[in-house]
Amino acid sequence: MKSLAELAAIREKMKDRVVLREGQGDIRVVVGMATCGIAAGARPVLSAFVQGVADEGLSDKVTVTQTGCIGICQYEPVVEVFEAGKEKVTYVKMTADKAKEVIEKHLKGGSPVAEYTIGQNQ
Amino acid sequence: MIRAQVLICGGTGCTSSGSKAIQQAFNEQIELAGLSEEVKLVQTGCFGLCALGPVVIIYPDGTFYSRVTPEDVSEIVTEHLLKGRVVERLVYADTGEEKVEDVTQVSLGDTAFYKAQHRVALRNCGVINPENIDEYIAMDGYQALGKVLTEMTPEEVIDVVLKSGLRGRGGAGFPTGRKWSMARTLVPDADQKYVCCNADEGDPGAFMDRSVLEGDPHAVLEAMAIAGYAIGANQGFIYVRAEYPIAVARLKIAIQQAHEYGLLGKNIFGTGFDFDIELRLGAGAFVCGEETALMTSIEGKRGEPRPRPPFPAVKGLFGKPTILNNVETYANIPQIILKGADWFASMGTEKSKGTKVFALGGKIKHTGLVEVPMGTTLRQIVEEIGGGIPNGKKFKAAQTGGPSGGCIPAEHLDVPIDYDNLLAIGSMMGSGGLIVMDEDNCMVDIAKFFLEFTVDESCGKCTPCRVGTKRLLEMLTKITEGKGTMEDLDEMEQLCYYIKNNALCGLGQTAPNPVLSTLRYFRDEYVAHIVDKKCPAGVCKNLLTYKIDKEKCIGCGMCARQCPANAISKTDYTAPGKKLPAMAIDPEKCVKCGACMSTCKFKAITKE
Repeated sequence: MKSLAELAAIREKMKDRVVLREGQGDIRVVVGMATCGIAAGARPVLSAFVQGVADEGLSDKVTVTQTGCIGICQYEPVVEVFEAGKEKVTYVKMTADKAKEVIEKHLKGGSPVAEYTIGQNQ
Repeated sequence: MIRAQVLICGGTGCTSSGSKAIQQAFNEQIELAGLSEEVKLVQTGCFGLCALGPVVIIYPDGTFYSRVTPEDVSEIVTEHLLKGRVVERLVYADTGEEKVEDVTQVSLGDTAFYKAQHRVALRNCGVINPENIDEYIAMDGYQALGKVLTEMTPEEVIDVVLKSGLRGRGGAGFPTGRKWSMARTLVPDADQKYVCCNADEGDPGAFMDRSVLEGDPHAVLEAMAIAGYAIGANQGFIYVRAEYPIAVARLKIAIQQAHEYGLLGKNIFGTGFDFDIELRLGAGAFVCGEETALMTSIEGKRGEPRPRPPFPAVKGLFGKPTILNNVETYANIPQIILKGADWFASMGTEKSKGTKVFALGGKIKHTGLVEVPMGTTLRQIVEEIGGGIPNGKKFKAAQTGGPSGGCIPAEHLDVPIDYDNLLAIGSMMGSGGLIVMDEDNCMVDIAKFFLEFTVDESCGKCTPCRVGTKRLLEMLTKITEGKGTMEDLDEMEQLCYYIKNNALCGLGQTAPNPVLSTLRYFRDEYVAHIVDKKCPAGVCKNLLTYKIDKEKCIGCGMCARQCPANAISKTDYTAPGKKLPAMAIDPEKCVKCGACMSTCKFKAITKE
């Protein structure tokens, strides 16, 4: 180790690996991963969220996790976004591409993508 | 891309309850479910809740699974990791409240065991992989060393440690900053100084240092390098017992990794500061935990103490100025440097700052490792965090400080624990072993147990300890055999004070403490042994009598067949309604093994 900068570089590189263990972030993205969800394609959606959140450097703020059947199987893959002090947003019939848009506009930008929410899809 | 992490405890407790097999099962099942790219397996140090091991935690949810078996693993993988459904039956969710609404919402920090804890020395234990230096660095590891070498003078470092109020966690509670400052200044022209770490944890029931070394070895290495810079030393030694194989293995890995990164060795961070650490394995003699004996042992000689002064800060290892701190003391140092003296001093009581790790053992539900701010009451530790006494038994006493400490009775349960309060009530902090005893424990027997230990471990160099503890044990044995007299009690007390005042080292000076404290708080039990010839807890064999109730005995003779001493024979009395004559025990022949009592199906045999 020749300098502090080297140490800082290792720390930055490794941070994502341990940040998961520091507990829940302010925003929780929950992907429905019951049989119906997986059958409808929830796996790529989950991966897209995990990858996207890391790429955008949102790991400190956003926790991506999964849950069981939410009960609206015809709308799967379902993704719910919880944020303290705000109303829950439920996205339905998600895809990996839609996930990217949600990360960009909702998680980063702060405004939900209305056209993918359950209210717009009934 | 990793989205979930499975942390499996690789501490000594969970390893012996089978965590290695679980790790293997997870590896297989994760592979099978095609989750290898998404789920990462991490082996960590001790989480603390050893009683419920093997322990598995899944992040990001923080779900805490206890007593996991290899058969449970496929369910956890398919349900939790694949489908996101928590396996409720395995979740440990004891929050201390009557009813838990939804166990899936309970995470580690909510449980009664963890809620009241405050982790400083243990902050990385159970969180990082101790065999991976990168994970330690990610948790701000080696930042404190960097800060010290590039921004602070040695005097400033000592000043921060002094101001933090940190005191030695090995038991005696000497202010760490003062120790460092003495080693820096007392011998100004020393050509060589040493930094030593006391990892010779020998108290029965103590496993704090072991867990820190197993769970966060780099924290100790970093702190020793900081200490080296502060006092002007470039060589460190860790004296660790060979009976701690996992700790030794992880220390070796840690030292090697630190070398590879140049965090130990020559010219650290390009500042010109050199520091290296070597391991020395102790063979397990209790006296080698005493500082002068420890250093003598590192020198390759027989581990015997020597008189002080000269103190190690003047003349220590190889005759050079040396500091010797305990593992837990070191584990606090990097945090104090990074977060400041005020942060550390904000925790604890007026004269004891920070937190203390305790190893909970004995008659308690949650056997394990806890870290609480100084000043927490014994009641909180035993009842809230420890979950109380199993089987509805009553609390009798807690033993702190191992063979050097004493017993704290129920009346002192609400005393805030710190160095000075414990001394005032006749015990001591010690390294942090905390053994809980209930009504089934005989206090005379406990005192005898600890005395047996010190008699065994006395190095024999000084007479008060070598002969005094032996005589003390003989008197205790006499009492437990029902042959004691009231005069013995006074003589014992006198002998205790004589040993305390005259023994050469800490081992002898504190060896009478278990006797003195039990005499102080449980004198009535001693009196019962001497005057009534009874052991109230029913432990001391010689004072027990086994009897057969001749009205209940059906005369089957099972007991007589079990008896190894042929002490049971037929009488000529047959109880009304029974076909065979009752049996009776000859008290002269009885060896009080209890075999007859556990054999009798008719509950006709009692002991009193």
